[in-house]
Amino acid sequence: MSKAQDTMLYLDGVSVAFDGFKAINNLSIIVRPTEMLAIIGPNGAGKTTMMDIITGKTRPDTGDVMFDGRTDLTRLDEAAIANLGIGRKFQKPTVFESHTVWDNLEMALRKPRGIFAALFYTPSDDDIAQITGILETVRLLHRKDELAANLSHGQKQWLEIGMLLAQDPKLLLVDEPVAGMTDSETGETAKLLREIAQTRSVVVVEHDMSFVRELGSRVICLAEGAVLAEGSLDQVSANPVVIERYLGR
Amino acid sequence: MLTQALLRALDKKAVWVIGIFLAVAILVPMANLLIPPGQFGHVPTYMVSLFGKYLSYAMLALALDLVWGYCGILSLGHGAFFALGGYAMGMYLMRQIGSRGVYGNPVLPDFMVFLNWKELPWYWLGFDNFWFAMAMVVVVPGLLAFVFGFFAFRSRVTGVYLSIMTQAMTFALLLAFFRNDMGFGGNNGLTDFKDILGAPVQAQTTRVALFAATAVALALSVLVCSMIVNSKLGKVMIAVRDAESRTRFIGYRVEYVKLFAFTVSAIMAGIAGALYVPQVGIINPGEFEPGNSIEVVIWAAVGGRGTLVGPIIGAIAVNLGKSWFTTAFPEFWLFALGALFIFVTLFLPKGIVGLWQQIFERRRKTPAPPSPSQSADVERGKDPASFSNPQPRPAE
Repeated sequence: MSKAQDTMLYLDGVSVAFDGFKAINNLSIIVRPTEMLAIIGPNGAGKTTMMDIITGKTRPDTGDVMFDGRTDLTRLDEAAIANLGIGRKFQKPTVFESHTVWDNLEMALRKPRGIFAALFYTPSDDDIAQITGILETVRLLHRKDELAANLSHGQKQWLEIGMLLAQDPKLLLVDEPVAGMTDSETGETAKLLREIAQTRSVVVVEHDMSFVRELGSRVICLAEGAVLAEGSLDQVSANPVVIERYLGR
Repeated sequence: MLTQALLRALDKKAVWVIGIFLAVAILVPMANLLIPPGQFGHVPTYMVSLFGKYLSYAMLALALDLVWGYCGILSLGHGAFFALGGYAMGMYLMRQIGSRGVYGNPVLPDFMVFLNWKELPWYWLGFDNFWFAMAMVVVVPGLLAFVFGFFAFRSRVTGVYLSIMTQAMTFALLLAFFRNDMGFGGNNGLTDFKDILGAPVQAQTTRVALFAATAVALALSVLVCSMIVNSKLGKVMIAVRDAESRTRFIGYRVEYVKLFAFTVSAIMAGIAGALYVPQVGIINPGEFEPGNSIEVVIWAAVGGRGTLVGPIIGAIAVNLGKSWFTTAFPEFWLFALGALFIFVTLFLPKGIVGLWQQIFERRRKTPAPPSPSQSADVERGKDPASFSNPQPRPAE
């Protein structure tokens, strides 16, 4: 396992098949600490399945999935993996709609997750300050007492990013964060993610090429469950195979 | 820590409900014992027992609301926990009969003598102690719920599959308790009770005391439920109800959250059953009838699930209706119940309490002229989801 040293996320030879269809085929990816990685690729390339494998929703048939250089993720369930420090934002924004914006963050805040810890939890001044800080970052402070259901699509996306921040993860998996956002919101999101990536590792799955350009990170193009090309966005988008299979001529 | 949790539990609504039931626990017995019959304000004893029965039903509906309304677990087998608590109480009451039974056996209940049993089965030992029986009222339903829930929730059985399993559980228990070999009185169940804690069960004072105990138990249950749903755990329960897998991905163990709610709820149902049995004077396998558990779901739905108060109102209202209906048109009660359920599902998804909130909110909103700071509120008024949040929001 020495190969996994000094990595935040280490996938080696991962394969998974659903009813004989290989959704992920011998996939190997490395994400280093405080590195941002953007993943692009056509529909059905296995991007979401890859996230499912990392977060414990799907078990790989073969291959190693290591977190922080030492923890084997294939043995753990979703809750254990989340508590290790892997946060996930879903493609479709999923916030808890019948809770207020504040309560959404309070639940996500990194605290003991046990039943009785939650039953007797009283927010400390520090917790309140942290939640307020996150609300300022995601610009939802003025709507903190509103039900999450009443937020706009873009605001829900931001609330979900806020929930990720509250979890204080070491690795963030962000699936299509700017879907349904205006151009200025998209720019703000790119800025926010770049800021986050200064202290944490971030993996972003996105279709929006201009957004990926704004991230300015290393890019991997997936297709048919394997890495098609890797490098800077310019290198990847100049790759003839990528043009053929994904970008189109 | 605990005091803070208690303070949080006592929101305005909970204080009212608890206050009302504590007042009922004092005033109704006074109206029965101190005001002589025939005079204005007297509550006849049969009425006290009838309402005592309704209050134990209300407690059962409240227990169901904790798992269904807040955690999204539609249990169609809650009557089983109620009946198990009832049987534990019934076993204590049977042992209290002593040699006053028809056959005069000092140890064996009549039905065992009748079946030619020579000695008490091991699982009847200890039930002559009140404290032991009361411990079993809590332990038996709680343990069954814990074991059942542990396997069901760990295997991620949800939705309609879980409902069917709970229904099968109560049906299996029904069949088991019908058997004479089980040693619980078979078809006839346990009845002909004499004393509870040395006081005759049929006496007016005992019946009034049982009523008061039920009202206090209901008030305490509201306190416990309110403490749970107002805590962060309560918020997590709602999160599990609305988006189970999302809750997992922020690191909560959904199966434990469900297991906690299910077990607490089963214990509450068991206590309700234990209070029910001495007031009606009998417990038999009919209490495990799958239809009974479904009726509990209807009470909760009619009153308004996910509100704590609603199911209490629903249980009392539907049972009042049932008492009247079964004397006026006995054949049509089940049709009326079915029609009521369909009506509530279609037109009152939040039950009586939801309707009341809706009327209240509309009345509060209409007189206020729309000002710029309120425009957001007015807009939101069109959204039915906003009715679920009765608190006024600060101006933006």
